[in-house]
Amino acid sequence: MIIQDSKVLLEVRGLRASVNGTEVLKGVDFTVRYGEVHAIMGPNGSGKSTFSKVLAGHKAYEITGGSVLFDGKDLFALEPEERARAGVFLAFQYPIEIPGVGNGQFLRLAYNTLQTRRGHEELDPLEFDDFVREKMKLLEMNPDFLDRSVNEGFSGGEKKRNEILQMAILEPRLAILDETDSGLDIDALRIVAQGVNHLTNKNNATIMVTHYQRLLNYIVPDFVHVMEAGRIIKSGGKELAQELESRGYDWIQPDLDVNSQPKATARIVA
Amino acid sequence: MSAVLQNIINQPYKHGFVTDIESDVMAKGLDENTIRMISSKKNEPAWLLDFRLKCYAAWLKMEEPTWANVHHPKIDYQAISYYAAPKKKAKLKSMDEVDPELLRTFEKLGVPLHERMALAGVAVDVIFDSVSVTTTYKARLAEAGVIFCSMSEAVHEHPELVQKYLGTVVPTGDNFYAALNSAVFTDGSFCYIPKGVKCPMDLSTYFRINTEESGQFERTLIIAEEGASVTYLEGCTAPAFSSNQLHAAVVELVALDNAEIKYSTVQNWYAGDENGIGGIYNFVTKRGLCKGVNSRISWTQVETGAAITWKYPSVVLLGDNSVGEFYSVAVTNNYQQADTGTKMIHIGKNTRSTIVSKGISAGHSNNSYRGLVKISPTAEGARNYSQCDSMLIGEHSGAHTFPYMQVRNKSAKVEHEASTSKIGEDQMFYFAQRGIDAEAAVSMIINGFCKDVFQQLPLEFAVEATNLLSYKLEGSVG
Ligand SMILES: Nc1ncnc2c1ncn2[C@@H]1O[C@H](COP(=O)(O)OP(=O)(O)OP(=O)(O)O)[C@@H](O)[C@H]1O
Ligand SMILES: [Mg+2]
Repeated sequence: MIIQDSKVLLEVRGLRASVNGTEVLKGVDFTVRYGEVHAIMGPNGSGKSTFSKVLAGHKAYEITGGSVLFDGKDLFALEPEERARAGVFLAFQYPIEIPGVGNGQFLRLAYNTLQTRRGHEELDPLEFDDFVREKMKLLEMNPDFLDRSVNEGFSGGEKKRNEILQMAILEPRLAILDETDSGLDIDALRIVAQGVNHLTNKNNATIMVTHYQRLLNYIVPDFVHVMEAGRIIKSGGKELAQELESRGYDWIQPDLDVNSQPKATARIVA
Repeated sequence: MSAVLQNIINQPYKHGFVTDIESDVMAKGLDENTIRMISSKKNEPAWLLDFRLKCYAAWLKMEEPTWANVHHPKIDYQAISYYAAPKKKAKLKSMDEVDPELLRTFEKLGVPLHERMALAGVAVDVIFDSVSVTTTYKARLAEAGVIFCSMSEAVHEHPELVQKYLGTVVPTGDNFYAALNSAVFTDGSFCYIPKGVKCPMDLSTYFRINTEESGQFERTLIIAEEGASVTYLEGCTAPAFSSNQLHAAVVELVALDNAEIKYSTVQNWYAGDENGIGGIYNFVTKRGLCKGVNSRISWTQVETGAAITWKYPSVVLLGDNSVGEFYSVAVTNNYQQADTGTKMIHIGKNTRSTIVSKGISAGHSNNSYRGLVKISPTAEGARNYSQCDSMLIGEHSGAHTFPYMQVRNKSAKVEHEASTSKIGEDQMFYFAQRGIDAEAAVSMIINGFCKDVFQQLPLEFAVEATNLLSYKLEGSVG
């Protein structure tokens, strides 16, 4: 939801990043205010996942320019785990398997670490079990997933659902969902989308990376952006996604000249 | 993240201090005279001196084994002192007479010698350099008929038992290091559980090397008579010296009909510094003989220390229906080398063995599993299951698996599974993204990886092992 005079949660300016010597992000400008839902679309390899991982602090990516403020503070001054504790959450496009580490145990440690940081009481294993089972009901997940190793042998869709379960438990301020819809069947998409809608409110914000309009029917974005070759080249309202769905990316007239320096801001108020 | 992991790995060794205590250290060097001197210092009977001299003669004809995947400069056996002992006036009558400096050492190490302070239900024997310092709970054990004392004491008080069993599981000419040990061993623990007795408490030995140029050659012998059972725990540490100390122990276990011996080790010898300077050479022969029907011997080891580990706790399954088990976690970091595993020798009918080995290598270390499963023609219906998993941390460590199988009976079933995994940057990032720091992440992954072995350990050992591992590997991932 767009809230009048809402505070800025995330402010990205001229962000450039490289991996293995290749520049992938070439000047990203992006602003998110409390309460908003943004969708980022764009061709394969355009840098959407890179952008997500850079925000979360993945060490493989080198920041070569620009700045990111999270709630007014320099995001890059924080270690990845500190960003997470400050409320940055990334639902991975490809959640990794961690054999030998119980999913329930993992979720509890993540939750309790955050609770401690927020000055709240930790939950003991029994209390946590009750708590997590409630959240799993919301996502129609079988509690057996608590006893399995983190993501190990989970189907593609189960992994995605497990990511949103973590979002539900950690209640982040900024949730970045990287292609959470891909791999979900039709029912699962609806359930997961309902789960996400249930979690969004005026005290947080969501960035969804997706290729399909389908997801946006369930989680209606306030803004839609197109990323191409490491930049946001066009921004608009939810109707932009529909247009992309029917016409593809080729017709786009960039809001900015891809060959010049990016403009100071590319935020468009719908 | 690399830096974080580096820090974790490079935490200083906690047990590296030296105790300033007056010691009786024998001059370096080894010949027949050295052996006679050790024997006379210990006031030994003639049969034992004979045993030593025979072993020495055998050793002289043997070569250091070179098949293990470990590398070290040639050891100069003349540059080692074969006997070092804290000086004491006469035989100690009670704990109060133990040198207070020594007591403080063990308290620092977390091994309480005072009986009232000892872990509830654990009897402790403590070996400091070459000699046994004290054995706690002796009276309570005696009530049950259990003998638990130092090897030196056993030689004098129970010579018939020692003579009957010493060298029967690991014979004189078995291997180079065992033969050396048999010639020069100084002390160790002796346990005897009489027929039908379930040992009323866990028995434990704590080994400590304190003198820089001494070797430690201890000898342990455990006998469980028909229907007897015992759980035995062994822990080890040493000060941090820049030179290498040799530790060549021999442990022999004998289980008669329906007897059960469970032997657990948490080995934390000094491993050398981050450049591979110093550390203990741990060349140990451990073997159990399931002599009787339905007997069971189980080895559980957590090997975290030592510059070089060369160790294959084995079981000879002679009695029909006997069971051998080997559960192992071996962690190497920096320039440590470990070549460890087991031998399961099936001779009796329907004998069963289980091998679970978990190797973790970080830094520039090398970790090898080497195991032999041998099914003799007589071992009708024998079964073995082996599982060897390796985990690599960082880019420069190595893991190797050398499983050998000799199956000479068609009815036998032998299964082997192996896997290699890596703590990857993306796994660490996943933890971090959920707010979990590197240390907690590594400890969670490692504990998950080692679960099958840790659950075999007695509770207090399992906790110690978990801490030890996290502490060893802190900073090594990422
Ligand atoms: N670790 C890496 N090493 C080498 N190249 C990388 C790495 N990570 C990303 N890239 C490259 O950066 C570019 C952007 O990748 P990214 O994953 O961000 O794309 P994306 O927009 O998320 O694509 P998709 O829609 O297919 O998920 C790609 O060309 C990719 O190959
Ligand atoms: Mg992507």
